[in-house]
Amino acid sequence: MAVAAQTSPPETSTFVPDVLGREDYRIISEMVDDGSRVLDLGCGRGTLIGWLEKKKGAQCRGVELSPKKVRTAVAAGLSVYQGDIDSGLADYPDGAFDYVVLSQTLQETRQPRNVLHEMMRVGRRAIVAFPNFGHWSSRLALLRTGRAPKTEHLPNEWYDTPNIHFVTIPDFEELIKEEELRVEKSYFLRRDRRIRFRPSLCADTAVYLLSK
Amino acid sequence: MIVHRKTVRFDELKLDCGETLREVECAYEAYGKLNEDRSNAILVLHAFSGDAHAAGVSDIDGRPGWWENMIGPGKAFDTDLYCVMCSNVLGGCGGTTGPSSTNPDTGEPYGSSFPEITIADMVRLQKKLTDALGIRKLVSAVGGSMGGMQALQWAVSYPEACASVMPIATTARHSAQQIAFNEVGRQAIVADAGFQGGDYYGTDGPARGLAVARMVGHITYMSDESMREKFGRRRRRSEAGEAPAGETGGIFEVESYLRYRGGQFVSRFDANSYIAITKAMDTFDLAGEHQTLGEVFDPCGGRFLVFSFTSDWLYPSYQSEVIVRALRGRNKEVAYVELPSNYGHDAFLVEAGEQTELVRGFLAKTYERVLETTSSSIA
Repeated sequence: MAVAAQTSPPETSTFVPDVLGREDYRIISEMVDDGSRVLDLGCGRGTLIGWLEKKKGAQCRGVELSPKKVRTAVAAGLSVYQGDIDSGLADYPDGAFDYVVLSQTLQETRQPRNVLHEMMRVGRRAIVAFPNFGHWSSRLALLRTGRAPKTEHLPNEWYDTPNIHFVTIPDFEELIKEEELRVEKSYFLRRDRRIRFRPSLCADTAVYLLSK
Repeated sequence: MIVHRKTVRFDELKLDCGETLREVECAYEAYGKLNEDRSNAILVLHAFSGDAHAAGVSDIDGRPGWWENMIGPGKAFDTDLYCVMCSNVLGGCGGTTGPSSTNPDTGEPYGSSFPEITIADMVRLQKKLTDALGIRKLVSAVGGSMGGMQALQWAVSYPEACASVMPIATTARHSAQQIAFNEVGRQAIVADAGFQGGDYYGTDGPARGLAVARMVGHITYMSDESMREKFGRRRRRSEAGEAPAGETGGIFEVESYLRYRGGQFVSRFDANSYIAITKAMDTFDLAGEHQTLGEVFDPCGGRFLVFSFTSDWLYPSYQSEVIVRALRGRNKEVAYVELPSNYGHDAFLVEAGEQTELVRGFLAKTYERVLETTSSSIA
């Protein structure tokens, strides 16, 4: 078949075009095996877990701080609860999930290291996606203007940004090493397209699949 | 929609206190049609002073149901899809056996001899009712306030008989503050000379005391903000008999309201029921002394939807969160949200708009599961 003959790497051949228009979601959806137990931290309106339940028969739970978003998720029949990630994880028993997902929220948590640690306790694997603060545009902006960088992926003023930790790809990889975690897969994206060349400089988003 | 109250009678009901009630009656109403395999039933559990009349227009007195805004065709509890039922609780005075019912052994009203009842006793009677109607599994057991306690008790007592539960604005056990308010109500009744130790039937009974108890209750159901909006410091002028000497500017609106609600309550509620039911609420402790809440939830396989309201200070959100955290600790399927409202504890009765989408979505997913399991068990 024509599709099979294409040169796209095998891990991207099952890309599902309707995964919510977000490349990190698309990658996450591929990482998750059918019928797994998934916890999505900072799940928003539950778009990702809703998709995983429907298309992958996953059993999903979600945590979200915004009551408005929780309401939308619950109205869609999803088991989402209102709470913050930092404290919410503590209630779950060890190994309750196959995957714990933290998509674009790591930099918003108060204690990212604790969160990562807890994710690995309640889940067999963790999927973490975060905006790369080391992208060349941030570096250049800081250098040129001398002000806290505002970029496409980090668009807020310093005083009202939810991003309270600025993390780069080497920063995160160091943390992984210190936590003695294994990187099963990693993907680097630039404008929703996968890149391989110098990700720490060129990627705006990084996605990792981690295990112990 | 005119609705008709039905009654089922059971030979006996064993109670937690060790006694057995004979010839127990259970009054209930049903809205919507039970399907062929009786898999579309939802049991709505009323709060402290509620009754079986949850929806429609009563054929007894023309009243609308207490959850009329939530139950009906196309509403949150859609009677085009589900058969929604509500029964009066044990110990009540709305058709189900309670202290004002006739004791079959004596031919007199129970009065002070009515045994001590529990939330679990109420639920045991409800289970007898659903059994009698041939319902093996409820799509959901749902209720607010004391109804939420019953919903939780359903999940724990009969985990195989409910696919989901919805405890709303409730708690797994009363706090000292909640017990305190109930005790003020009970003491108001007992202090009324008309109470006569509880055997007042055939006389006027403790009407004043019961009215005062209800007035206290109403204060706890509202919020500072909702009372400010509803009454402020406005006065009601020149209504005959309502402004005693000294109240020159007329009585405050809020006084008038409380007196009216208190008086109205006396005509529809029994003081002994007030005492028996508030006692059942106060002694309710889902976990008990020897287990954690998580352990109690262990056998539950169903889904949970818990919600609370921001301005509810009688059943504050932290009590819902205790339930949610225990469920999460056992990795149960639970959704939780704190809904914004100014209405205080009354919110669960008033805020239909906020609740409708949540309930509808939750029920749809639950019912989908129910249908999957029934079809796979047939296959």
